[in-house]
Amino acid sequence: MTRVDRQRAESEAGSSDALASPKMRVEDLRAWFGRSEVLRGITMPVAERRSTAIIGPSGCGKSTFIRCLNRMHEVVRGARTSGRVLLDGEDIYEDGVNPVRLRQLVGMVFQKPNPFPMMSIRENVLAGLRLQGIRPKNRDDLVERALRQAALWDEVKDVLDRSGSSLSGGQQQRLCIARALALEPEVLLMDEPCSALDPIATAKIEDLIHELRKQYTVVIVTHNMQQASRVADYTAFLYLGELVEFGRTDRIFTSPSDPRTEAYITGRFG
Amino acid sequence: MNRASPRRDVPPPTRLLKTPEGGARAPERVFEVICLLALMLPLLLLVVLIAQAFTDGRERLTWEFLTSYPSRFASQAGILPALVGSACLMMLTAVIAIPIGVGAALYLEEYARESRWTSFIEVNISNLAGVPSIIYGLLGLELFVRAMRMGRSLLAGAATLSLLLLPMVIMASREALRTVPQSTREACYALGADRWQTIRRVVLPMSLPGILTGIILSLARAIGETAPLITIGALTYVAFLPDSVYSPFTALPIQIFNWISRPQTDFHVNAAAGIVVLLAIMLVFNGAAIWLRSRFQRRFS
Ligand SMILES: Nc1ncnc2c1ncn2[C@@H]1O[C@H](COP(=O)(O)OP(=O)(O)O)[C@@H](O)[C@H]1O
Ligand SMILES: [Mg+2]
Repeated sequence: MTRVDRQRAESEAGSSDALASPKMRVEDLRAWFGRSEVLRGITMPVAERRSTAIIGPSGCGKSTFIRCLNRMHEVVRGARTSGRVLLDGEDIYEDGVNPVRLRQLVGMVFQKPNPFPMMSIRENVLAGLRLQGIRPKNRDDLVERALRQAALWDEVKDVLDRSGSSLSGGQQQRLCIARALALEPEVLLMDEPCSALDPIATAKIEDLIHELRKQYTVVIVTHNMQQASRVADYTAFLYLGELVEFGRTDRIFTSPSDPRTEAYITGRFG
Repeated sequence: MNRASPRRDVPPPTRLLKTPEGGARAPERVFEVICLLALMLPLLLLVVLIAQAFTDGRERLTWEFLTSYPSRFASQAGILPALVGSACLMMLTAVIAIPIGVGAALYLEEYARESRWTSFIEVNISNLAGVPSIIYGLLGLELFVRAMRMGRSLLAGAATLSLLLLPMVIMASREALRTVPQSTREACYALGADRWQTIRRVVLPMSLPGILTGIILSLARAIGETAPLITIGALTYVAFLPDSVYSPFTALPIQIFNWISRPQTDFHVNAAAGIVVLLAIMLVFNGAAIWLRSRFQRRFS
């Protein structure tokens, strides 16, 4: 990001309430796989109860970036990070922070739907709690609420005991969203949640994101620019591990300040 | 020039899809038959072997044979102590080998970081699986019977067989653990589960059928092992049932070996009957493994 861009981003921040006190702040975040540095110092805010899209050509580090926000990056062998990621002002990379606790606050939905195959739909929704050995009392309410939030309730309410993998791809992805929501996270990370889905399922998930951003802080990775413009309040453009541009989605798409952003959104590369 | 010239070096291109051989070409047919023979030959030998043992031992395949102690008289001798000894041996072996084997596999697959040390261990585990079983017998004799003063007991036998099985159990368990996709583990972590919760509630349940299949198959192999048990000094003539893990014992293959090495042909009949019983047990074990595997495939694919 150039100095001009940064000033521009700061001024946007000043003019917008949502960025004045962001839910998360990423400061000079760097990430490595072994010796190769795939994130090269990223600084940006994540607005509370808004959706932020991460766009960029494939391989630019979108997945790596989003996985740094709930410390899933370090699950990979040989992967490490530097820099700070603040959640409500607290650095999640500080010594003593329990990544397990963090991931309960910052939920994640993956690119490929991955419901647990040996669990029923109901058990999948409760999986986050069950994994931690918690047996909630109002289990049925919890399941219904999460499935309603994920806009899946009407389709599965009569087959809650069927296997999670018996659902269609789009339903499986919404089941994974319900599974994440059942833990009542504050932030929801989604890594290309629609890339394995057909257009109708994609539209359903996009509608869902519209609803979710009223209540949750959503970060969504997408390589689909229409999708970013449809669902995101803010957009960050990553290129070769660097944050090229960050700002309000409408501004990024109508008057990008960096020629690389313009080239990307007009489809000249990527 | 006439297009359909009668003299050509290359046969004329034909539009006919049907050939005299039908769908497959001749060399393919030949190869198919060879492969079929390769399959039928061992199968045939196996059938002959079982049929031979069955006809030889048929007159002794009675309830008494299963419930009698050995005797000087071939017609009164039975395999009760051997059967009970084998069963106890299998149970003890399972109790020792399963937790250690699955634990080692869990460590290597889920916890160990890749290093020279772990790859050294990995290579050696596969090598150990190929070590002749009598070597394990010698190790068991020195280590368990003598150094650890277990004597020629069931416990020493089971410990020795466990050594023999561990490489197989570890490799089969690792194979099963590897079938659980990384994405499933990541789903668990992303839900705020730690490593142990992930293993206990998701990875192990998903790989359990595969692990069990491996364990059963290796137990089926262990039940036929003779050399290591003879090496550590299992008895060949036992007229009592084991009453503790420190009892002396005998096992089915040892009883068979004993009978077969006697000069009197009457005892050879007993040996044949014993072989049929042993084969039947192995068949049950393998059947259980196949059943488990098919269930496993139906549930997860
Ligand atoms: N597990 C991994 N080990 C090594 N390199 C990786 C791994 N995953 C991704 N990378 C590399 O990191 C870079 C960023 O990858 P990623 O974050 O997945 O990009 P994106 O999601 O934008 O397509 C790529 O160059 C990719 O090759
Ligand atoms: Mg990606």
